[in-house]
Amino acid sequence: MLLVLLGAWLVKNFLVLDDKADFFNIFLIGLTTGSLYALIALGYTLVYGILQLINFAHGDVFALSGLFSSTVIVSLFNLDEGSAALAILGGLFATFLIAMVFGALVNSSIEFLAYRRLRSAPRLAVLITAVGMSFIVQNISLAIYDVNARSIPPLISKASVFEFRGVHYGWDDFFVLLVTAPVLVLMTWLVKSTRQGKAMRATSQDPEAAAIMGIDVNRTISFTFALAGGLAGIAAVLYLVVTNMRYDAGFQLGLIAFTAAVLGGIGNLTGAVLGALLIGLIQNFNEGLPWLTPGSDWTKSIVFAILIAILVFRPEGLLGERTPEGA
Amino acid sequence: MAFLARYREEFLRATQLGRRWRWLPAPVRRAMPILVLLALAVPYPYYVGDLPTNVPVINAFPSVHSLVTILVFVTMAVGLNVVVGYAGLLDLGYVAFYAIGAYSAGWFASGQFEQVNIHFGSIGPTAQLSGIHISVWLVFLIAGVITAIGGILIGLPTLRLRGDYLAIVTLGFGEIIPQAVRNADKEGVGFDLTHGTFGISPIDSPGFGKHLHDSLGLPISYQQSLHADRLFFWTVLVVLLVTVFCSLRLRDSRLGRAWIAIREDETAAGAMGVPLMRTKTWAYAIGAFFGGIAGAYIASFNSGAFPSQFDFNISVFLLCMVILGGMGSLWGVVVAGIILAWLNVEGLANIGAWLNRDIFDPLFGIQIDVPKYSFGIYGFIIVLMMLFRPIGLIPERRRKLEIEEGAGRGPIDAPLRESRRADEPTGGAKG
Repeated sequence: MLLVLLGAWLVKNFLVLDDKADFFNIFLIGLTTGSLYALIALGYTLVYGILQLINFAHGDVFALSGLFSSTVIVSLFNLDEGSAALAILGGLFATFLIAMVFGALVNSSIEFLAYRRLRSAPRLAVLITAVGMSFIVQNISLAIYDVNARSIPPLISKASVFEFRGVHYGWDDFFVLLVTAPVLVLMTWLVKSTRQGKAMRATSQDPEAAAIMGIDVNRTISFTFALAGGLAGIAAVLYLVVTNMRYDAGFQLGLIAFTAAVLGGIGNLTGAVLGALLIGLIQNFNEGLPWLTPGSDWTKSIVFAILIAILVFRPEGLLGERTPEGA
Repeated sequence: MAFLARYREEFLRATQLGRRWRWLPAPVRRAMPILVLLALAVPYPYYVGDLPTNVPVINAFPSVHSLVTILVFVTMAVGLNVVVGYAGLLDLGYVAFYAIGAYSAGWFASGQFEQVNIHFGSIGPTAQLSGIHISVWLVFLIAGVITAIGGILIGLPTLRLRGDYLAIVTLGFGEIIPQAVRNADKEGVGFDLTHGTFGISPIDSPGFGKHLHDSLGLPISYQQSLHADRLFFWTVLVVLLVTVFCSLRLRDSRLGRAWIAIREDETAAGAMGVPLMRTKTWAYAIGAFFGGIAGAYIASFNSGAFPSQFDFNISVFLLCMVILGGMGSLWGVVVAGIILAWLNVEGLANIGAWLNRDIFDPLFGIQIDVPKYSFGIYGFIIVLMMLFRPIGLIPERRRKLEIEEGAGRGPIDAPLRESRRADEPTGGAKG
């Protein structure tokens, strides 16, 4: 029903548009935004899957990693748009690795310092702690990087990958897709096929039984947080490629990504990616299309309205299974 | 605490004072700390000028102007305590109620709607002034009722959800309403409902009018009085007292016991015949009512309602008061609220200045802008409290037992790691 309405809205918009190419341009940008969200949303979903905890601090870990990688790119590698292509690619690759390790370290230390001590505490207590951690991490970013937004030089050119009857796609936007796709494949492989992934799935299904089977539950949870943090690190570098980062950027983005995770069905990896792409598209269509779109002033409201609607009407999300929280 | 109580006992026994004290009837004894506090608070505006202004650490005592804001925030915290503390519903969007309250004051006591010209007992604006000007006393109530209705509207669809899902939904509303308020101007919705980012200003001030002024000597209008801050201070003191009183009585009422039953174990409470939805919605409505009154009051005090006031931070700040004081512990929340709100309004700046002057600068040669990190500090307080003293500074006896004895592991309070097998007959697990 909703999907039909959404489709009708898109078709109508397509017909109203003067320049049909714009529609596809917006669609492509939406894909870029969506895949960025996907990387962050996976972090939420991984942690929720294993601890049933909404890790509010995740978005702020993302922001801190982004600020940190801006320093790495600008001060450590001295990269700018004039650098040799190979240097840029190598430098970015190294930055990705550094940001991943950084995000992983931050995220798993949050788990180690705060959440681990609360394993047997009421769930609400852990959730409140997560909100507190979010503010702490955000203020660490503030203390180190101050209120100014950090950006990196345009390393990936904005020139088009292809141009077809007015439809074009910038390299910088395409780059996001280029990086995200293999990362997602790798993620799926990691969770589905490795021993560690198996341990993660077992722990998320039943921690006690997993422990009986000889799985080190604490280590598995740490690993999950590290993985989530690593994904946030990658997302942060990509975010820097397309725009700039501020100490408080993570909170908003985190909430949007969380919505995406809920939309797809929280705890469900494929769902998180699907939800993120949908949210990215909806956001960009809302901001770019002319007919019946409230515009960017209302983006946040739309995203949260979606969140509320899903939680109320279909708490298991698009792909998730029913949980008693929403029953 | 136990040894303190013992010493107090011995001290009382040893002194004549103790014997006198014991003769007093129990209600008087229990009310004594409040009476003492009130006796200190009411004349505060008269002696604040004589207090020293170079106290170590805190530098100066709060001004009367700051105290008004502090007490309004305490009122909100007491309202939030009904939702979070009594009923155990984590609300991360309480700021929405604050916003609705403030804008209700803006709609019914200002020149916002210049198309109409409605006057009803308002003080200050002349009859020619356009807009809706209803007596501000009435507006406080109207704002409370509108906000309570808003709370019910938000609550009805969402209160079926449990625990963290409810927290997220409230957070969503807490983000939507300020944005809606910011955008609901001529360009945004085609009708100037909230005056966009500029906010609604000026808003009328409370007062007693000419007639009561002449006969009883009451002030005509607060804002035009020479001692506006004092008048606002005494009034908010009354508002807070009424709120605390209502909150106390509610806690011990049938409804309050139902809230606590739901907090301790929702499923068991439902099985015992507590109407879950109705009880939870009441908690929401009443919490919202207090938030709305506080919002309207501060809008009238500041003579304006601006969208930038309604940040997610405020929700967390209020939650921090409730946690610090001890969820459900009314006196704890009041004390923690006063401390935290004071920190926010004046305290952090003063303490920061003291730290910079006496510690950071002489020892390390650095200056730190402490108020800039206020929310990091509140976050730190939240985390520390949750890790080391989850029952709060002044815990409610019942809550303490709940947490220490491990009772109350209902679905909301269920421990993090105890997964949902018990209430999930199909046994379906997520991947």
